[in-house]
Amino acid sequence: MTGFISIEGIARRYGTNAPIFDDLWLSMNQGEFVCVIGHSGCGKTTVLNILAGLDEPSSGTVIVDGKAIEGPSLDRAVIFQGHSLLPWRTVMGNVAYAVTSRHRAWKSAQVTAHAQRFIDRVGLTGSEHKRPAELSGGMKQRVGIARALSIEPKIMVMDEPFSALDALTRGTLQDEVRRICTDTGQTVFMITHDVDEAIYLADKIVLMTNGPGAVLAEIVDNPLPRDRVRTGFHKHPLYYGVRNHIVDFLVTRSRTFSRDNHDPRNVPHVRLPLPFPPPHSPSKTGVDALSSGEGRVGEAAPTELKKETLT
Amino acid sequence: MIPSLNLRAAIVSIALFVAFILAWHLATRGTATVQQMSPEYAKLMGLSATQGKSAMPGPLDVGAKLWEHLRNPFYDNGPNDKGIGIQIAYSVGRVMIGYGLAVLVAVPIGFLIGMSPLMNRALDPYIQILKPISPLAWMPLALYTIKDSGLSAIFVIFICSLWPTMINTSFGVSQVRKEWLNVAKTLEVGTFRRAFTIILPAAAPTIMTGVRVSGGIAWLVIVAAEMLVGGTGIGYFVWNEWNNLSITNVIVAIAAIGAVGMVLDLILARLTKLVTFPE
Repeated sequence: MTGFISIEGIARRYGTNAPIFDDLWLSMNQGEFVCVIGHSGCGKTTVLNILAGLDEPSSGTVIVDGKAIEGPSLDRAVIFQGHSLLPWRTVMGNVAYAVTSRHRAWKSAQVTAHAQRFIDRVGLTGSEHKRPAELSGGMKQRVGIARALSIEPKIMVMDEPFSALDALTRGTLQDEVRRICTDTGQTVFMITHDVDEAIYLADKIVLMTNGPGAVLAEIVDNPLPRDRVRTGFHKHPLYYGVRNHIVDFLVTRSRTFSRDNHDPRNVPHVRLPLPFPPPHSPSKTGVDALSSGEGRVGEAAPTELKKETLT
Repeated sequence: MIPSLNLRAAIVSIALFVAFILAWHLATRGTATVQQMSPEYAKLMGLSATQGKSAMPGPLDVGAKLWEHLRNPFYDNGPNDKGIGIQIAYSVGRVMIGYGLAVLVAVPIGFLIGMSPLMNRALDPYIQILKPISPLAWMPLALYTIKDSGLSAIFVIFICSLWPTMINTSFGVSQVRKEWLNVAKTLEVGTFRRAFTIILPAAAPTIMTGVRVSGGIAWLVIVAAEMLVGGTGIGYFVWNEWNNLSITNVIVAIAAIGAVGMVLDLILARLTKLVTFPE
């Protein structure tokens, strides 16, 4: 596994208890948008914190761009679940704080101009001098996004960034995050509870079983076209197939998943077939990691899915 | 139309004041029987014996006295006769020095205590023991070691106004939200910059609350301290007038102490508001 980001065998234990999660392996390519879905308590947030450098794994390591991570870094921007803005600073102050942290030597005019660019990008032009308390929840999260983008990180790490927002605001923000990430080729690792959000945003959806001893059960390659739009993506012929597969996983298989015959280093990739798949011809659309080879485990899939395992 | 809450509150306040003054006036009207005595003897007696006036001054006496003080607050007729303005200036000066030093010492120490859970626990018993000690209990020790009554008064103010600021600072610093610290961590902000750009502003409202409590205590302590050390100050003025049996002046001084204390607290409240952020 040699992706841009490579999670290699990380585990988290507390004392002598069973590990919260164990032996996680995951590889991400540059520019990829990866969502992790799993029930509360499976250790998603811990994985994210480890990736952010705020937490350390009990064993294993994470490699980003060829270097093992040691603590937090400006290369990995974090968007927290709560907006976590500094309430005594204005919108500009919050973004500028991040910019100054990245570029210590910059003059204040340079910092302001740079910060302004990212405030404009998230659509907050005109609100620069407001304090977080004067902003709505969605606007606060926009500032958080602008702050994360402004340091131009190699990867953005998001912990359920939209879960505290109302449905309409959430939709708008998802659109913008999608637009920004697609435009800039931003690599994103995101945790969510929302299946639709994952299908709309992610290139790959990683399904995590329940803890303790949680593992990555499978990686669903999103079969929807990259240029999907909010107004139509739920009408795509493969949409319900993917959705049902993920919901089935969350409802039953996340509990009953057996680790026998599961190779954590080669988490099986799942791809929906083409709308009318010719029999016995595995589809190749949207495949990136699969090119190294594939094996089939046909029977296990509940819906009309095909499991393909990396070797 | 119902007038605004502020207006109604003001009306009630004024009514209460008028009622209080009226009750006070009626209570000190003086109804004692006038005794017959020789004019020679009457000269030695007070007005209460000769004219049946109440020994307790009424509001009109106090008002007249207050006006007298306000008209000329800064006169200086020697050590035992100075204007009330001069006395208050002495007291405020002492408070500023002792309390200012206390804040300068307590905030950095409180900051360090708050940053370190070890020091927090290690120093806690000392703070808890030193905090409830009455200012007057320190006085003999201060006089003996410092050997200067003026400095002793300042020391007593210092030692008494130290604790609320220190405790609040360490509490505020230790309670800074983890998410804000995480922001600093992910932005690779160094320890020094983090202390000044995250922890200090985040803890500032709590610190200022402690500073405000300390200010109140300093002003409470000064009166007691000056009563003991004597010489100058509003506390000394109260004691001196008590020795003169001028209850009128004592009441004027009490009113002045209250007014100055209120002004000090208002200033500190303003400062607190400056560093408070809405969430």
